[in-house]
Amino acid sequence: MSAVIAPDKAPSRANVMPDTPGWARWANDHRKWLFAAPAMAFVAALIIFPLGWTIYLSLTDSSGSVRAESEFIGFRNYIDVLTDTDRFWPAVGRTAAFTGVALLFEVVLGMAIALLLWRPFKGEKWVRVAILLPLVATPVAVGMMWRLIFDPNIGLANQALGWIGIGPQPWLAGQHTALPTTIFIDIWQWTPMVVLILLAGLTSLSEEPQEAAMIDGASPWQRFRHVTLPLLMPTVIVAVLLRGIDALKTFDILYATKGRGGGSFNEVETLNVYAYGLSFDYNEYGLSSTVLILFFLIIIGSMWALTSRRKKEARR
Amino acid sequence: MKSRTGFKAFRAVALVLVVLSLVAPLLWMVAASFKTNVDIYDSSKALIFSPTLDNYGTVLQQANYVQFIFNSLWVAFAATALSLLLGVPAAYAMSRFNMKKSALVVLMARVIPGVSLLVPWYYVFSNMRLVGGFSVLILSHMFVSLPLIVYIMMGFFDGLPDELEEAAQVDGLTPIGAFRRITLPLSVPGIATAGILSFIFSWNNFMFALVLSGADTKTLPVAIFDFVGYASIDWGGLMAATTVVTLPIMVIALFVQKYIVSGLTAGATKG
Repeated sequence: MSAVIAPDKAPSRANVMPDTPGWARWANDHRKWLFAAPAMAFVAALIIFPLGWTIYLSLTDSSGSVRAESEFIGFRNYIDVLTDTDRFWPAVGRTAAFTGVALLFEVVLGMAIALLLWRPFKGEKWVRVAILLPLVATPVAVGMMWRLIFDPNIGLANQALGWIGIGPQPWLAGQHTALPTTIFIDIWQWTPMVVLILLAGLTSLSEEPQEAAMIDGASPWQRFRHVTLPLLMPTVIVAVLLRGIDALKTFDILYATKGRGGGSFNEVETLNVYAYGLSFDYNEYGLSSTVLILFFLIIIGSMWALTSRRKKEARR
Repeated sequence: MKSRTGFKAFRAVALVLVVLSLVAPLLWMVAASFKTNVDIYDSSKALIFSPTLDNYGTVLQQANYVQFIFNSLWVAFAATALSLLLGVPAAYAMSRFNMKKSALVVLMARVIPGVSLLVPWYYVFSNMRLVGGFSVLILSHMFVSLPLIVYIMMGFFDGLPDELEEAAQVDGLTPIGAFRRITLPLSVPGIATAGILSFIFSWNNFMFALVLSGADTKTLPVAIFDFVGYASIDWGGLMAATTVVTLPIMVIALFVQKYIVSGLTAGATKG
């Protein structure tokens, strides 16, 4: 039986790279991991060990100095934190309020502005520039800028209120007005982000469903509600996801406007600010690690909830 | 027809309001940077005042800002360059070989709150006597840049057909050679997008530099706080400082708008 010579389906490696040295051939064969591994190793090294260490610290009474002796105390920190109605739960509430309210306004306003920008018009370029400016501005600088504008004595905000006959407000200085004011700043800076994402989604929609609805005599609102919005829903969820993660982690604006500790009444103390203060102002590493682990679980949980909704939407 | 002109008028008014509310605060900040502290406190001089450059003098001389500008530039530039070096090949491999789980490892860095890593980083890096030096600042900023770059570049490579590479391989190039000589040159717009955004995010980063920088390696967002005292604030100097931080980025944004928008919306429409 003579050997069957298989037709060359692909040029063999020897044909393609006759002069390639061995190491280069090895590199080509293993390029998948050669390319991906360094970046993965870098991120993993900066995450995995710290995260493991944070979990360990959360089970100890470490405080004062990270080098100091600390004792393993099991889940006592978790019990302490979860029963702490003075600082922890209010911080959870503020984080939820900040994220929820900011997201709500950013998505509604962002959708409205994106719809305004959807069809071409004169001066489009200038509007796009204006939308980009808050997005690229340094958040700490933005916080400082609004701190001047909202200054109770000299700020533009109270001057403007004076022009229309309304008395001065404490804004960032007030115990009950500080959080809403910081939410306002977040909305100012990040609504443009939602606009850009939704606008990208709108421009990628096909025109046929719109035209069909128009021929059927649907009103603009009906077209938005029953045609545009459902088609845009995946993009809306992406925007909510991206903005939501960052809103949960807000730090710069709060630190810039209120300084350390979230104000004298902790009026803007979110989980992020609380954990930062515990770690770097009070050096309560055990407790802060516990807060961080819980914070981390909250973020993962909310992301999971949103992405599973996204998958459901995609399946529909 | 009537309703359409009505809509156009409504849209014009609405858009003017949007633009004003976004731009006016920034103009107010720049205006305050040219006022004396006395004028800032005087509400009658809100719009009409005699401009002064004193605040910029304070910022550039007394507060040693030139050094901080250099620090910010160096950290943002180094973090971006190194992240591109690691991130572009990684994104390429993850896109071509559909390595979704590996990509997730890198993108985790986007999700984890920075504070949760800072205590261990601070501990390890201060034991290695690196805190206060540039290397640790650059590393921490890379932690922000790298996931961003991988995310943007994965989307870019996904949209790049691999026929050209295959053709190049048939013509005798090795797979890595095809990547280097064909794919990379074609990726310049994507790399520009990723690089610009990485630079901006690194330039704007605050929390990592707040903890990990020293007196000599302070970046601009941290240096801004030099103008906030315990009892009082030098508003003129502060607004000059914030203008110095934000203006370069805004000028860049004006010129490379297209890239920034495509980077910020990367992957958003794929659902």
